[in-house]
Amino acid sequence: MTRINLTVDGSNVSDDVEPRMLLVQYLREKLGKTGTVIGCDTSNCGACTVHLDGVSVKSCNVLAVQADGHEVTTIEGLAQDGELHQVQKSFRECHGLQCGFCTPGMIMQSVDLLNNNPNPSEEEIRLGLEGNLCRCTGYHNIVKSVQHAAAQGGAQ
Amino acid sequence: MTAVQETPAPEIGKDRRRKEDQRLITGRTRWTDNITLPGMLHLAMVRSPFAHATITNIDKSAAEASPNVVRVITGADVAEEQGGLPNAWPITPDQVTPNHPPIAVDRVVFAGEIVAVIVARSAAEARDAAELVDIDYDELPAALDLKEAAEDKILAHPELGTNKSAFWKFDSAEAGTGGNVDEAIAKARADGIVLEREYRQQRLIPAFMEPRSTVVDPTGEQITMWSATQIPHILKFLLAAVTGVSEAKIRVIAPDVGGGFGGKLQTTPEEFITFLVARKLGKPVKYTETRSESLMAAHHGRDQWQKLTLSAEKDGTVTGFKVELLADLGSHVSLVGGGVPVLGAFMFNSIYKFPAYQFSVQTVLTNKTWTDAYRGAGRPEATYAIERIMDELAAEVGVDPFVIREQNWITHEEFPFTTVAGLEYDSGNYEAATARAKELFGYDELRAEQKRRRESGDQVQLGIGVSTFTEMCGLAPSRVLGSLDYGAGGWEHASVRMLPTGKVEVLTGASAHGQGHETAFSQIVADRLGVAFEDVEVLHGDTMVSHKGLDTYGSRSLVVGGEAIVKAADKVIEKAKPIAAHLLEASVDDLEFSAGRFTVKGTDQGLAMAEVALATFAAHNLPDGVEPSLDSDATFDPVNFNYPHGTHLCAMEVDTETGQVTMRKYAACDDIGNIVNPLIVSGQLHGGLVQGIAQALWEEAVHDDAGTLVTGSFVDYLLPTSADTISFDLDHTTSPATTNTLGTKGVGEAGTIASTPAVVNAVVDAVRHLGVHDVRMPCTPERVWNAINDARSGGGGGAQTETVGAAAPHFDESTGMDGTVDRTSGGTEA
Repeated sequence: MTRINLTVDGSNVSDDVEPRMLLVQYLREKLGKTGTVIGCDTSNCGACTVHLDGVSVKSCNVLAVQADGHEVTTIEGLAQDGELHQVQKSFRECHGLQCGFCTPGMIMQSVDLLNNNPNPSEEEIRLGLEGNLCRCTGYHNIVKSVQHAAAQGGAQ
Repeated sequence: MTAVQETPAPEIGKDRRRKEDQRLITGRTRWTDNITLPGMLHLAMVRSPFAHATITNIDKSAAEASPNVVRVITGADVAEEQGGLPNAWPITPDQVTPNHPPIAVDRVVFAGEIVAVIVARSAAEARDAAELVDIDYDELPAALDLKEAAEDKILAHPELGTNKSAFWKFDSAEAGTGGNVDEAIAKARADGIVLEREYRQQRLIPAFMEPRSTVVDPTGEQITMWSATQIPHILKFLLAAVTGVSEAKIRVIAPDVGGGFGGKLQTTPEEFITFLVARKLGKPVKYTETRSESLMAAHHGRDQWQKLTLSAEKDGTVTGFKVELLADLGSHVSLVGGGVPVLGAFMFNSIYKFPAYQFSVQTVLTNKTWTDAYRGAGRPEATYAIERIMDELAAEVGVDPFVIREQNWITHEEFPFTTVAGLEYDSGNYEAATARAKELFGYDELRAEQKRRRESGDQVQLGIGVSTFTEMCGLAPSRVLGSLDYGAGGWEHASVRMLPTGKVEVLTGASAHGQGHETAFSQIVADRLGVAFEDVEVLHGDTMVSHKGLDTYGSRSLVVGGEAIVKAADKVIEKAKPIAAHLLEASVDDLEFSAGRFTVKGTDQGLAMAEVALATFAAHNLPDGVEPSLDSDATFDPVNFNYPHGTHLCAMEVDTETGQVTMRKYAACDDIGNIVNPLIVSGQLHGGLVQGIAQALWEEAVHDDAGTLVTGSFVDYLLPTSADTISFDLDHTTSPATTNTLGTKGVGEAGTIASTPAVVNAVVDAVRHLGVHDVRMPCTPERVWNAINDARSGGGGGAQTETVGAAAPHFDESTGMDGTVDRTSGGTEA
């Protein structure tokens, strides 16, 4: 067991974890942050995407011990003071989700994309979300959601 | 009592944002795997690495000694009590149906079958211990290739003596719905056109994003199962039927479910095992699969060979169509299993007026993962076959693909139209949908560009693919299902309850897993009862709340479930009427109900539904003999399927030097009758389109020569990403359905059914002038390149037959296990 101390969605947390424990397992099993989900074993699907120090990572690809001393933001910590992030609003507005399983990862990745490129072209959006799989939407309305968020100043 | 208000704009037709979304975009979700209960134990499955083998010994001592392992269970341990998984649709009385134990007992019949179950205090410890179970197998020859299996060369289940499960046939001459197809073909051979084609429907994997998960809590009097399922009601019924536990003691909950597409229309070994272990140990138990397990052991879809014979006059008027299918069931006849191809039996004639038609299917057992419904289930296969061969006929006659279609399709004046397959199409307008689709697409301009590129010998050629599809959906009239030997009916149940606060609780037996029922059904009820959209709460997916239902599949929720809600709401109004009349001191006959208010005709006296609800709850002043309740139930059984249709157009660019295919444009006009929520409809179509496009271009479940699934992760099973796909141009024409009051038709499967042939027709159209007349799906650059070069070297331009090699495992003896198998020689067919 290894002791880790980190900030998750604004709260300081501290736990003893097995060195092999993935960040996503830590979030779900130890912290109950079940908004972040697991969709594959091979880091292809991106459903588990969170922000580590403000940058998107697939939390199945990070060990919990690697997050020691860092700041993690999950889908549950994206809204501030009850106000949804613009990207969350845009996904609802543009019907960018159906079953919603990929949505936490898709939103976290979209936020990161817009942080890096506040006015992306359709192609840049499509390439920027390439690491996140969705089986419901055919991506059409996800792309529109990101465009909508960009038009609303989505990078905050 | 207020004056009559202005009638608000109807909810039906509004692009309401979804009620479901708030929790889904904030992570406040209840997926089954999120559930943790006190004392909960976790399962891990030990699965067979072999496609066919005898289990000779299982040593579980090391696993049992592993930390925090509670129990290790083999098939032999529970052979007497585990029961068998059900097949709900024996398509013939003499269907050969192997036993389907949840845990294999003495023989495994596909790679991925469960052989032992670890129960431990954590999921990780269960997984660790699964590695320690030592199993000895005697490997047996495996029946893998569908055509060879149909010849009984190697038996998937030796004790059955055959791989042939069932042979099912429809013949229009025998049914009295048309002529004799063999006579039509013979006549055309003498003086007409006969097209003979064989198409492959490759095996696909539904690949819903949420891996399957099941939690069972046996504490308390009732056993509660949470499961990532499309079918909580059917699952409850079958758990009871198989295990002998009273239905009344089982509660099944489908909480938030992350997609299904038919893949969660199943009662699974994992569900039965979790149920069994929880009962055995008296503790809550959870099982969540890995993605690899999901791809390997959750059911697959499609997997057919289609032998087609089309006869026509020389001018392209079709005279007969004969369809002979081989369908791969995999290792078992699963829940719907053999019924899937039968769902396509009535659809190969599609929108056309064929005088003679025959369909037959031979279902075949093999040692591969079992197959069952995948989005469209039978109808995509049928649509692919007919729309591909209609393009072939156009090429043969030398006319535009639309000329052949117009010559043969049912015209809008001819509805209702009874087809050669015996179905009555209630409404449609193929001319109108086609005209709009061509306009959206810019058909004439793209044809002109295609001509220019051909004439200039451009390296990148343009192809245009047409698909004018229809489907039968809204499963289904119970009588029809009965006549096809399906084990259940096709009705749907709903309850509508007026609450004392004026809010409305709606229970539906449909079980959404991403479709947006909470939103669309709220719109229907808001209009019907004249209440605010926000005041309607739709509850579903829990058999203790919504006690009766037949769940969600087959594009049925709106057209069957929605209609049940309409009927229940109408009953609420009828129940409220005498109470309102009493309170208004008027005669029932003098009341009218509109926009949520009962008013006395010719006066401004009235009561809102909410006021009547509160008075009914108080029950202080009700008419004699009237029960104090505005709750109503309704069960709706449709009299017919419904028949959405549409015209889909796809432009593909094909690089003739590299075989690279790129989608340039996709436009479609769908006629799905009246639309409740256009935003939700657009989402259903986009997602459906991409699944159909993915069959055409990317997806295939591939097994190697030993029967191991090579595409067992998302590294190898190619789901399209946002970077692979494009945005679509969609519109609608409207021919309301005549068999439900809302005039709606199903839309959940439409995109998937329509798009696959549009894409492949476009790919073939791009290179037809080079001599190519088929490319087998998925149309990978490799296969396209081979098709072009095969045609150039005089190979006839047909589908490649030498498509082996890509299926080879990454690490193979022949390469010294270094992963450098030569994969350049073609596709994948074993």
